Amino acid sequence: MIEALLTEVWQALVVNRLRTFLTMLGMMIGVGAVVMMVAIGEGVQDSINEMISSMGSNLLVVLSGSATSSGGMKMGMGATPTLTKADAEAVTELPQVVAVSPLVYGTAQIVYGSNNWSTMVVGVTPSYFDIRDWPVEEGTIFTDADIRSATRVALIGKTVAKSLFGDEDPVGKIIRIKQNPYFVVGLLSAKGQSLDGRDNDDAIFVPVTTAQLKLFGTKFKGTIRLFIVQANSVEALTELISPITELLRERHHLSINVENDFNVQNLTALANVAVKAAKLLSLMLGAIASISLVVGGIGIMNIMLVSVTERTREIGIRASIGALRRDILLQFLLEAVVISLVGCMIGVVIGIGGAFLVNKISGLNVIISLQSVLLAFLVAGGVGIFFGYYPARKAAYLKPIDALRYQ
Amino acid sequence: MAASFIELKDLSKSYLSRAGNQEVLTDLNLSINEGEFVALMGPSGSGKSTLMNIIGCLDLPTSGIYLLNGTDVGSLDYDEQAILRNNTIGFIFQGFNLLPRATLEKNVMLPLVYARVGKEERHDRARVLLEKVGLGNRLLAMPNEISGGEQQRVAIARALANNPKLILADEPTGNLDSGSGRVIMDIFTELNKEGITIFLVTHELNIASYAKRQIKLLDGKIVQDEATKGANQ
Ligand SMILES: Nc1ncnc2c1ncn2[C@@H]1O[C@H](COP(=O)(O)OP(=O)(O)OP(=O)(O)O)[C@@H](O)[C@H]1O
Ligand SMILES: [Mg+2]
Repeated sequence: MIEALLTEVWQALVVNRLRTFLTMLGMMIGVGAVVMMVAIGEGVQDSINEMISSMGSNLLVVLSGSATSSGGMKMGMGATPTLTKADAEAVTELPQVVAVSPLVYGTAQIVYGSNNWSTMVVGVTPSYFDIRDWPVEEGTIFTDADIRSATRVALIGKTVAKSLFGDEDPVGKIIRIKQNPYFVVGLLSAKGQSLDGRDNDDAIFVPVTTAQLKLFGTKFKGTIRLFIVQANSVEALTELISPITELLRERHHLSINVENDFNVQNLTALANVAVKAAKLLSLMLGAIASISLVVGGIGIMNIMLVSVTERTREIGIRASIGALRRDILLQFLLEAVVISLVGCMIGVVIGIGGAFLVNKISGLNVIISLQSVLLAFLVAGGVGIFFGYYPARKAAYLKPIDALRYQ
Repeated sequence: MAASFIELKDLSKSYLSRAGNQEVLTDLNLSINEGEFVALMGPSGSGKSTLMNIIGCLDLPTSGIYLLNGTDVGSLDYDEQAILRNNTIGFIFQGFNLLPRATLEKNVMLPLVYARVGKEERHDRARVLLEKVGLGNRLLAMPNEISGGEQQRVAIARALANNPKLILADEPTGNLDSGSGRVIMDIFTELNKEGITIFLVTHELNIASYAKRQIKLLDGKIVQDEATKGANQ
């Protein structure tokens, strides 16, 4: 029964090739759009997750200066430095704190031989590289002894290494930062893009004391721009905010009615906002694309209604020789479902092709998941049934005699 | 009293049209036994097709009772009527009513599909039936590739697919030349000899003369009902 029905359905669709194809086109475009948009959305989510894991886990950042109303991640740029390295060290003593690293930074011109490169020079302590889970590819990380004696040593990022050294091995070479010679102790492994879109690898790291004393000497001696704090768990992040605040207020001798002169931010929470935004984006892309699926479904319904009217007499003949109501219903429903599923199949191919094209052209990360393809088929089948049901029912509920007499 | 094969009791049919309520069949009473060969005659518009459609379970009377083989057709739902049409009745129409996009074999197999007969048996039955009507070598032809007379023979093969007890034919020779018409009527005569009840609508006297009983309809009433000699006058 069912195989006889399917061959009939197939023949009916093949006889009206052009019409069938045009009807399928709606589904193809709809499914193609959904598959492509979901691929892009998931790609963006994936990129963001990548960036976040490159940032390091369970992080708080304490910035100099009072809170900005926007609460953005400005890293205290331009604010008067109020924090000191000693503040950072004091925070290390709090329970649940795994590691702390102060940061002092600025841009500087770096020279090696005849090459020069302007980049971010960051003063940190060795724990910074643990916190950010950022190992060296070659050489070593500078030590606490280097911090104590503010030696002129540097760790360089991949991008800087490429610009200054080309294919040469940078470790053991001498570079010049603000005219002074620095010994390159290590080359950091590649880290990729940061959340705000900067290249993590376009930076040079020096001991924090070196940065304070020899590179970016400020009028407030010993101050730092910010420090990052790694907690031992996600829960600890929120629990740590008030002990850190209390400790720093005490250390800065702030009386009760004075505002904080620093600002504690939960980087991981901010990152989660970004993840949520990305999820929302991919949801919205999918939703907008789904509208075209609905339009495709309406196209199917339209054609099926025409087909039922055109074939009224055929329906009458089938009824006269004993077709049951469900036989007629199933026949027209199957036509709609076959149109939408075959359309879906081609649409998936188009969508995957489109996603790769987007990747090629814009470099945007795209991910095609099996789930999204399966979902497309499920939805297409559903669309076929939903929009095919009414015309099929109309066919099945024709009175045999009226259908037979139809001219 | 045992009911006849076909039993109409005070059967009326009216259509609601713009001109108002038009009664097409009025208080008809009729019994036909199994194995009869009946020709229904009457002028155009007298209600012959309307009556045949009711007997064929394609339409329901406005009032009155129609019993087929003892079953009150009016009390059956769509699917029950469909099953009755499928296994008890075979239709032959003036316009043949073959599915234009299906091969002759497919056309003949269709009632078997709806009867849930297996694939191999469907093919076997279709071949036997088409051979019986002299088209055994045209199984894969399309309806538009054969003549009207041949199409009507395919329709007969299709009507016979599920071994019906009743053949209903509405002007089966109306679109055919006299030669082809004679072939069709000979097939009917043969089928009637095998025991199948034949109910034939026609306004051609020579066609009606194949039947053993002639009923005349006028303005929705039976005005004449007589036994005749039957085939080959
Ligand atoms: N669906 C319908 N709606 C309204 N009136 C109808 C309908 N079907 C038939 N009639 C009317 O019923 C009357 C009888 O029609 P019917 O088709 O039974 O006649 P007939 O005897 O078969 O005529 P003919 O010999 O021309 O085929 C006609 O007057 C026709 O107009
Ligand atoms: Mg008629």
